[in-house]
Amino acid sequence: MDLFEYQARDLFEKHGVPVLQGIVASTPEEAKAAAEKIGGVTVVKAQVKVGGRGKAGGVKVAKTADEAFEYAQQILGMDIKGHTVNRVMIAQGADIAEEYYFSILLDRSNRTYLAMCSVEGGMDIETLAKERPEALAKVEVNPAKGLDAEKAQEIVEAAGFAADIKDQVAEVLVTLGEVFDKEDATLVEVNPLVKTGDGKILALDGKISLDDNADFRQKDHEALVDKSAENPLEAKAKENDLNYVKLDGEVGIIGNGAGLVMSTLDVVAYAGENHGNVKPANFLDIGGGASAEVMANGLDVILNDEQVKSVFVNVFGGITACDAVANGIVKALEILGDKATKPLVVRLDGNNVEEGRKILNDANHPLVHQADTMDSGADKAAELAHNA
Amino acid sequence: MSIFLNKDSKVIVQGITGGEGSKHTARMLAYGTNIVGGVNARKAGTTVTHTNKEGNEVELDVFGSVSEAVEKTGANVSIVFVPPAFTKDAVIEAIDAEVPLVVVITEGVPVQDSAEFWAHAKSKTDANGKQITRIIGPNCPGIISPEQSNVGITPGNITGKGKLGLVSKSGTLTYQMMYELRDLGFTTAIGIGGDPIIGTTHIDALEAFEADPETEGIVMIGEIGGDAEERAAEFIKANVTKPVVGYVAGFTAPEGKTMGHAGAIVSGSSGTAQAKKEALEAAGVKVGKTPSEAAQLMRELMAGK
Repeated sequence: MDLFEYQARDLFEKHGVPVLQGIVASTPEEAKAAAEKIGGVTVVKAQVKVGGRGKAGGVKVAKTADEAFEYAQQILGMDIKGHTVNRVMIAQGADIAEEYYFSILLDRSNRTYLAMCSVEGGMDIETLAKERPEALAKVEVNPAKGLDAEKAQEIVEAAGFAADIKDQVAEVLVTLGEVFDKEDATLVEVNPLVKTGDGKILALDGKISLDDNADFRQKDHEALVDKSAENPLEAKAKENDLNYVKLDGEVGIIGNGAGLVMSTLDVVAYAGENHGNVKPANFLDIGGGASAEVMANGLDVILNDEQVKSVFVNVFGGITACDAVANGIVKALEILGDKATKPLVVRLDGNNVEEGRKILNDANHPLVHQADTMDSGADKAAELAHNA
Repeated sequence: MSIFLNKDSKVIVQGITGGEGSKHTARMLAYGTNIVGGVNARKAGTTVTHTNKEGNEVELDVFGSVSEAVEKTGANVSIVFVPPAFTKDAVIEAIDAEVPLVVVITEGVPVQDSAEFWAHAKSKTDANGKQITRIIGPNCPGIISPEQSNVGITPGNITGKGKLGLVSKSGTLTYQMMYELRDLGFTTAIGIGGDPIIGTTHIDALEAFEADPETEGIVMIGEIGGDAEERAAEFIKANVTKPVVGYVAGFTAPEGKTMGHAGAIVSGSSGTAQAKKEALEAAGVKVGKTPSEAAQLMRELMAGK
């Protein structure tokens, strides 16, 4: 999960990272009140999970609370690269003397953590990495040790901070390392990290990505989920513990196992090329043990998607053999009753495939079509969606 | 031959008394896997009983620690079925007991925990500087050397022994491919898992299959996210002489949406299926558009052999 800037600021504060005051607002009135509370010059910043908001006009300096009201009015509701601005953060103005860059992230390729740091902050880091790679220090951080004081010293040395501030920066890096470690983050980025006119180091803007797998020990993270951005079908699927992603297409997909479902989406998209360019409507992995109840929940979510014209159920019978899956489908259709209205193409393969196919044949449900292979099933489902 | 796992492998199960651990211990024993015991600190001193391939009941000791289990049984493989919250400690315990192969089935392990146990595994080396413990997973179906040993949750009866090696990030997609190619059979099939940080990589498996005299062709299954397939392509170009057929899932995956596996996400221009396919093809790997096409390509390559 990626966080908004104001959420990142709050987590920074929680772990002792020096930040300025920042108050989130979702109306111009709230923005004005926040600016009054903070006092002096403030910055009205659009809260969107996408870069380039400054260029899009989503960041404005307000000299008075009335100006903050005005700018909030302009920025709220704005569309920035397809993201609607629902909130702004009113941040205390800063007297910036110098701008730096820092991040710590999961380095997948090397199976470790990587810290990146530069005394040339503020600009887009990808541009910096490309144009002046020597200006971006990259230092490996051992996951078993974390970003301790010694490692922080190594990073500030590598980045070439001036002698008079490097210890102070190193101290801030240790607190950022704590955010990464304690919050189960996969990315903590500060851009810019600044030195103010009076020599203080501050994290002015931050990005944090959190690991969903750690939710069981990060009970506070649930409150950070942006429910307003959740697709209603995705929310419903989540309630039923289904692994579902809504896509823009007409063929509903159910399968078991993430890789097989991803592959099914591809095969359906290829088949769609011959049938009016219909596309997969969703990703839905019902997991290894496809019980009747899980199958019914899955079908229910998909049949509630108005875009869906046909459904392709693609299951490889492994530990849960095909006969159990077939029974699950038959029972699921019973449970759904009149709610099941769209044609279902079912392809079963693997363990006990003959028994599974026989169960479906015997049930002889008017909506169910059987397919022998993944390719032919995808083709049939695409054809049915196109002709619907 | 096979890689990493054979009929002589002695296996212990961490989490042998839990629901998943118990179910799969029974399945693995019935397949013929040489399971010699299990670990659960709270149930140390008890035993569990399952039926082996020959139909005989086998009483397995439950030990209090991995090191005790290794000492008493001579186990050289451990399979981990403990829940995500305890996986890191379980794996570190196995590493400290110097178990040569640890297979982590558990799904949903926090990635910082995986990073930590991997760093720990890397730090434990023998006199020659070689890492002592190989880790497979987490979030994977495990490893199977058909007709010899099955350490994981792969259905045992979908394919037999043969001449192909297979390495894959995915579970059911692996089963699909093994089933499609059951006419050729497999030396070993490894599901390396779809998490952002994993122990054994495509490259490790490719290197081992290249060195295994009985493996004649290699199937490599990838999916969106990261750059593991691109790196594997470079490795193949420089080091692999055996025919390799590839398949990559997720061509239609949109940017920024996680497709089931924590690691399966296209971010910006990196991690796309198209980029992976191109990298593999540039390395001389034949890449199928669908699993069945990939299987057919492998059959054609093997026809002349």
